[in-house]
Amino acid sequence: MSAPSAVVSPIFGRLSLDALPLHEPILVTTFAAVALGGVALLALLTWFRLWGYLWKEWFTSVDHKKIGIMYMVLGLVMLLRGFADAIMMRLQQALAFNGSEGYLNAHHYDQIFTAHGVIMIFFVAMPLVTGIMNYVVPLQIGARDVSFPFLNNFSFWMTTAGAVLVMMSLFVGEFARTGWLAYPPLSGLAYSPDVGVDYYIWALQIAGVGTTLSGINLIVTIVKLRAPGMTMMRMPVFTWTSLCTNVLIVASFPVLTAVLTLLSLDRYVGTNFFTNDFGGNPMMYVNLIWIWGHPEVYILILPLFGVFSEVTSTFSGKRLFGYTSMVYATVVITILSYLVWLHHFFTMGSGASVNSFFGITTMVISIPTGAKLFNWLFTMYRGRIRFELPMMWTVAFMLTFVVGGMTGVLLAVPPADFVLHNSLFLIAHFHNVIIGGVLFGLFAAINYWFPKAFGFKLDVFWGKVSFWCWVVGFWMAFMPLYILGLMGVTRRMRVFDDPSLQIWFVVAGVGAVVIAIGIAAMLIQFVVSFMRREALRDVDGDPWNGRTLEWSTSSPPPEYNFAFTPIIHDLDAWHDMKRRGHERPVAGFRPIHMPKNTGTGVVLSAISLVCGFALVWHIWWLAALSFLAILVTAITHTFNYNRDFHIPAATVAATESERAPALVAAE
Amino acid sequence: MSHDAHHAEGTPHGSLRDYVIGFSLSVVLTAIPFWLVMERPLSAGLTGVLIMGFAVAQILVHMVYFLHMNGRSEGGWTMIALVFTLIVVAITMTGSLWVMYHLNTNMMPMPHALGGVP
Repeated sequence: MSAPSAVVSPIFGRLSLDALPLHEPILVTTFAAVALGGVALLALLTWFRLWGYLWKEWFTSVDHKKIGIMYMVLGLVMLLRGFADAIMMRLQQALAFNGSEGYLNAHHYDQIFTAHGVIMIFFVAMPLVTGIMNYVVPLQIGARDVSFPFLNNFSFWMTTAGAVLVMMSLFVGEFARTGWLAYPPLSGLAYSPDVGVDYYIWALQIAGVGTTLSGINLIVTIVKLRAPGMTMMRMPVFTWTSLCTNVLIVASFPVLTAVLTLLSLDRYVGTNFFTNDFGGNPMMYVNLIWIWGHPEVYILILPLFGVFSEVTSTFSGKRLFGYTSMVYATVVITILSYLVWLHHFFTMGSGASVNSFFGITTMVISIPTGAKLFNWLFTMYRGRIRFELPMMWTVAFMLTFVVGGMTGVLLAVPPADFVLHNSLFLIAHFHNVIIGGVLFGLFAAINYWFPKAFGFKLDVFWGKVSFWCWVVGFWMAFMPLYILGLMGVTRRMRVFDDPSLQIWFVVAGVGAVVIAIGIAAMLIQFVVSFMRREALRDVDGDPWNGRTLEWSTSSPPPEYNFAFTPIIHDLDAWHDMKRRGHERPVAGFRPIHMPKNTGTGVVLSAISLVCGFALVWHIWWLAALSFLAILVTAITHTFNYNRDFHIPAATVAATESERAPALVAAE
Repeated sequence: MSHDAHHAEGTPHGSLRDYVIGFSLSVVLTAIPFWLVMERPLSAGLTGVLIMGFAVAQILVHMVYFLHMNGRSEGGWTMIALVFTLIVVAITMTGSLWVMYHLNTNMMPMPHALGGVP
């Protein structure tokens, strides 16, 4: 593994049988399990003849609802992988005391913590957030689809291709051993000559295409496709936060693309942007990647702030307190998130003026965030609160996130950061805000919108089991890390000398096990809910007495979302429509113009995956060929003029009247 | 301009005249910096500043004549997007320069010879 470019075959590049990690029993076992599971899955799909169905109804679909659901599936599958990495780290750290080396060697352990971070941010949090936005935003603004339906499908598949490339690194070659942001000079050719960092670079570049395009798509959708009457200040808060998030995506992901391109130039053609010598400066990489990285944090959390707003308002039975201030707080956070990036590297060497500027901007950003929290609390105040699952997650978020936010403000003080940076205190802080904010928000969102997507509610019992395991498990797993961090334990350690620390790692490990039970309970919740779907059926499409437009459609909504484009008169449009005695139109339907499914997105992303793999392994002929194929396929697709159709009025009428008996039955 | 009449959404399309003006301006704005560098009538520092100025003017010409941006197009959204982009670019560039020039303030002085040892 430490022979940089010793033998580069013209046909296979650096790829040889040595690349298979046959010397790692853990990986061989995992591979065997994955292979068996994969074969079983493929066999089942073939046995039940589901390939055609999946291809026609899902893979090639340009329906934003189906693409949203596919994003969610991708995110949840990758959550299992990312969590497997997490629990392996917890076990290693709980074991490696008193001279024990634990069960993971350094080569493997370093890949695990890198993969955990990369997967959790790029292939769990991002797909889940994008999936929710994809599903909900067009419904909330009264649109029939996103602005660019094909691009949406293509974006999803590019994200998937990135995820697949990361997963391949598990069994073919290795992943980066650099930490999740791959700082040079460690990630440079001199110190990481192997394929790990190349897997990292190309996985993120391919997935980044998808993220950027989906950001553009959703911005245009929100700006151009709002139902008549929905002015900017009548948009649901979730749509507002989605808009700001996608603005952040479009403005910041090009920075990531650029900085990774510079790193790959260093690695592939011998430039010296980030090397120690020849005028390179690794600190520039740190600076640039955090110019992307800090907005990324808000890309993840802002949509969930929107979810909490919708959930709080719905389950308190009240209009959201301080809608306008909520919107302004979101916009202010959007701008401020570009002004704080240096707080990720206070200790890099900058002087007092730079550090105090960024310390103060960081503290300032907690003001709009605090305003949001008070808005939610005042929404609940004197409301008729229903503690359904989404509301439970929201309350857990408020309690947990405040602690994470306060430790964040603590870390924003540069002198404190000099003591705490790179320690487990930092790890505890960002897990506190990402799990307590992003993940709890996603679970609130999943429980809230699941009946809309599938037509039945999620089972409450297993939902509560999952909820309590996650919340308790989170506190057990991460409070010890705060304490350890205050005692000076640094992150990414594999073995420990001081036996008195072990008990904390054992407690944290137990916490991780409790979270594992929470994840299992969530999967059981899905299965149980599916089995009990008739009892949990959402008949009228409005199971929570909702306030925004998505609840005016049937559950699941028809392919075209709205038979007639609704006219908006007020914020909380659906609540307003219900108040004014809205009657569902039953006649006068007209043909609906819809986009056609296309397999081009799947094909393009598959070729991109091949191209990425070839670049990782220096298989130059294949890289050139597949890149050419990408261009040809994309250009060919532009000549496909057969891309739309009309749903006949009769079909619309039939779909709409199918809903009528169900509604009558619900009365 | 007549084309505004049948584009109620305010999506502007350039006329031939716009494209000719834009093209001539870009050529002029490209030729002058070349001349400045090749003939060197001014000092190096001033030349650099002037070239940057012409580059900015070039960007503006492209946006107005080729991308058809003005305060009204797309209901003002292109202008908002432009302002936001300018803010973010300004923050990124000035911030990076500031940060990078400040880098060694808290670092120990290093003997220069050590710089090359990996």
